[in-house]
Amino acid sequence: MDFTPTEDRAMLKDMLRRVLTENTDHEKRRALLASGAPFDAALWAQLAELGILGALFPEDQGGFGGAGFDIALVFEELGRAGGIEPVLSSAILGGGLVAQLGRADQQALVAEVIAGETRLAFAHAEPGTRYDLADVSLALGPDMTLSGTKTHVLGGAEAQMLVVSVRESGAAGDTDGLSLILVPTDAPGLTVTRHVTVDGFSAATVTFDSVAVDEEARLGTAGTAYDVIEEVFARATLAVSAEALGAMESAKEMTITYLKERQQFGRAIGKFQALQHRMADVLIEVEQARSAVVNLAGHLDAPRALRERHVSATKNLIGRVGALVAEEAVQLHGGIGMTDEYALSHFVRRIVMIDHLFGDVDHHLERFIQLGLEAA
Amino acid sequence: MDLSYTAEQEAFRAEVRSFLANNLPKRLSEKVRLGKRLTKSEMEEWHALLNAQGWLAPNWPAAYGGAEWDAVQRQIFEEEACLAYAPRVVPFGLMMLAPVLLAFGSEEQKRHYLPRILSGEDWWCQGYSEPGAGSDLASLKTRAVREGDHYVVNGQKTWTTLGQHANWIFCLVRTGTEGKPQEGISFLLIDMATPGVTVRPITLIDGEAEVNEVFFDNVRVPVANLVGEENKGWTYAKYLLTHERTNIAGVGFSNAALATLKQVAASTMSGGKPLAQNPHFAARMAQVEIDLMAMRTTNLRVVSAAAKGQAPGAESSMLKIKGTQIRQELTSLLRRATGPDAMPFLPDYLEGGDNQTLDLPEHAPAAAPSYFNMRKLSIFGGSNEIQRGIITKAILEL
Repeated sequence: MDFTPTEDRAMLKDMLRRVLTENTDHEKRRALLASGAPFDAALWAQLAELGILGALFPEDQGGFGGAGFDIALVFEELGRAGGIEPVLSSAILGGGLVAQLGRADQQALVAEVIAGETRLAFAHAEPGTRYDLADVSLALGPDMTLSGTKTHVLGGAEAQMLVVSVRESGAAGDTDGLSLILVPTDAPGLTVTRHVTVDGFSAATVTFDSVAVDEEARLGTAGTAYDVIEEVFARATLAVSAEALGAMESAKEMTITYLKERQQFGRAIGKFQALQHRMADVLIEVEQARSAVVNLAGHLDAPRALRERHVSATKNLIGRVGALVAEEAVQLHGGIGMTDEYALSHFVRRIVMIDHLFGDVDHHLERFIQLGLEAA
Repeated sequence: MDLSYTAEQEAFRAEVRSFLANNLPKRLSEKVRLGKRLTKSEMEEWHALLNAQGWLAPNWPAAYGGAEWDAVQRQIFEEEACLAYAPRVVPFGLMMLAPVLLAFGSEEQKRHYLPRILSGEDWWCQGYSEPGAGSDLASLKTRAVREGDHYVVNGQKTWTTLGQHANWIFCLVRTGTEGKPQEGISFLLIDMATPGVTVRPITLIDGEAEVNEVFFDNVRVPVANLVGEENKGWTYAKYLLTHERTNIAGVGFSNAALATLKQVAASTMSGGKPLAQNPHFAARMAQVEIDLMAMRTTNLRVVSAAAKGQAPGAESSMLKIKGTQIRQELTSLLRRATGPDAMPFLPDYLEGGDNQTLDLPEHAPAAAPSYFNMRKLSIFGGSNEIQRGIITKAILEL
C-alpha cells in the first residue's frame, strides 16, 4: 500500500500545475468566454505538446499512461485551475471509444487526438434520456442513414469527428443492439448547434437529417458497444470526479484565505467559531472526496462488478461533498461569493454542474443499491 | 499509488485470521456479536490469550514484550479482530499509560509497571475528567500537595471507564497554580487500594454502569509515583493525543457493524419484503456504506503515513469526527431496523442470560442500548467540537 505518486506522475503533476497556473486565470477565462471562444486554443496546443493528452492513454494505444491514477492527476489539476479545454470530450470520451474499439486504420485518429490535431466528441444522449446509458433510440437501419437528435454533446461544435451511438436492433433501454459510428461533423445532413453550459464549457445539439454512413465507419462489431460505453463512462466519471476534487481544493483554499482576510465586527471572520466549525467540516469532507477518487482510480481496471460499485460510490460521494463545499464556500464568503467577477463563481458552478454529468447523487445511490442487490 | 497490500501484509493478515479462528473462544465472540457485556474475567481471558501469542501490546518495543507492529499491521489486526467479533482490548494500561511511561517514565517505572500490565496483574483506569473539567480538561482541580516523600491528593475524577475493575489509576492532578492552567498539572500513578480512594458507579443512559466517579480524600501517594517532572503532566497527556490514535477512526468496528446491519436488513421483513429493499432504508444504508468506503481509504492514507514515521497530528481529529459520525449512524440504523423489537429492556440478557421468553431476534436486546451507548463517541476523547477547534488551529490556521 502506497499513497504517494510515482516519480513520473509527480513530475507530470508539477509540470501541468505550472503550465495551468501560468496560462489560466479567472480574468482570462471570462474574456475568452465573452469573446465567444470555446476554449484557449494556445493552451490546448500546449497541453497536447506537453503530452497531457498522451498521459490519458496506455502505451498500446499510443500514449504513456492511461491508468486510473493518470486520469485522476490530470483532471484534478484541470479542476484546480478551472480549465475549460475539451480534454474530457476529445480524449477520454471520443478518443477512449476509438482506442477501445477501432480497427487498425481507425486507430490513426487516436494518434491525432493525442497530438491535439483532431478533436473528437461523443454524441450519445438524446432528448429526455437522462442518465440511462442504454436509452438510445437513434436508429441505424439497412438503408445506412441516420435521422434524429443527439443532445448535450460535449465539445461537439469544436470536433472534426463525432462518435455517435446508434441502435441497430432492440428497443430503447436494451443493452444489446448498440453500435458506435464515426461521423464527420461536416457530413451532409448533419447540423451542429452550439451552446455554452452554465459552467462555461462548450456543448452542442446535433441533428441528423438522413445522414448517410457506411459500414466502414462502425467501431467494432455491430450491436455490441454497450460494455465499452459503460467502461468509457467509468473513466469519464473518474475524470470529472477528480476534476471536481481539484475545483473543491481551489474553492476551499480561497475560502480559508477569505476567512483570514475579511474583517467584520473588528476582527477576521475566521475567528468566529460558527464559521470555523463549518470550515472544519468542509476540510474533512474534501479528504473523503479525495479518498473516493483514489478508490475509483485504483479500481478502474477491476472486474466490471467491482469497478461499477466504485463508480457509483465515488460519484455519489463526490456529488454530496461537492454540493456541500460549493454551498459552504459561497455562504462563508457572503455576497462576494455570489459575484461572477470573483473566481470562486467558476469553481462553484463547475463543482455543481459536474453532478449533472454521468449520473447525479440520486442516480448513483440507487445504482449502488441495485448493484449490491445483484451481487448478493 | 498502490491500493493493494504487500505480500508481507497479506501474510500477516492470514496469520491474524488463523490465530483468531483457532484461539478466540466462541463463548466470547458470541457475546460480542450480540452486543452482550463481558465480565472482568472474560476480558482478562482474552488479554491472556493475546499475551501468550505476544500480541497484547502491538505498539510497544520488543524489549518490553511488545509486538512492534507498524501502523498498517495494527490496522489489519483491528479489522480482522472486529470481523471475528473479538473482545476489544482494554486500552487504558496498554495503549494510554504505557506510551507515556515509555516516553517519559523512569527506567524503574517501566520495569515495574509494564510487565504487570501484560500479565494482567494490574488493571489501569484513567483519571482525567472531573465534574468541572470535561472538554476544558486543563481546568481540573484535583490537588496533589507535596508532604515529604508523599503527595496528598484530594478531589474527584469522573467518567472513569471500567474503574470498577481497576486496581490502579493514572491521574492528571494539580500541583501548581502559577501561570496558565496547563502549566500546573502533573501525571501521577495511584494505587486504588490506598486509604481514601472511593469508587462509585454511574449508571448511564443505556442502563449499564460502565463508568464511575472516583473520589480522593487525603490519599497519600509516594513521590516515586510521579511520571516525569512535576507540572509537566499536560505535555505527557497531549503526547498521547497525537501519537497513539491511529485506531481512532474505528474502521474495524464500522466494518463489523455494517456486516451485522446488512444481515439484519436482509432478514427482517417489512411490508412483505426485506427491509434492505425498502427504498428509504436502503438509501440510508447505502450512503453510510459509501461514506465508510471512503473513510477506509482516508484512514489508510493517514495510517500508511504513520507507518513511515509521520506522526498523525490534526489528521486524527478528522478521523475521529468522520469515524464517529459513521459509527453512530450505523448504530442508529440498526436500532431502527430492529423496529418494535428494540423496545424491551433486558439487562439480564445483556449480562449473559437468554431472551427466550420474549421470542426476539438475537440482535434485538442490544440494539437500543448500543445506540445509546455510542452517543459517547462524539463526546469523549475530546468532543467532536473540540476536534473541530483543533482542526481550525492546526490545519486551517484561522
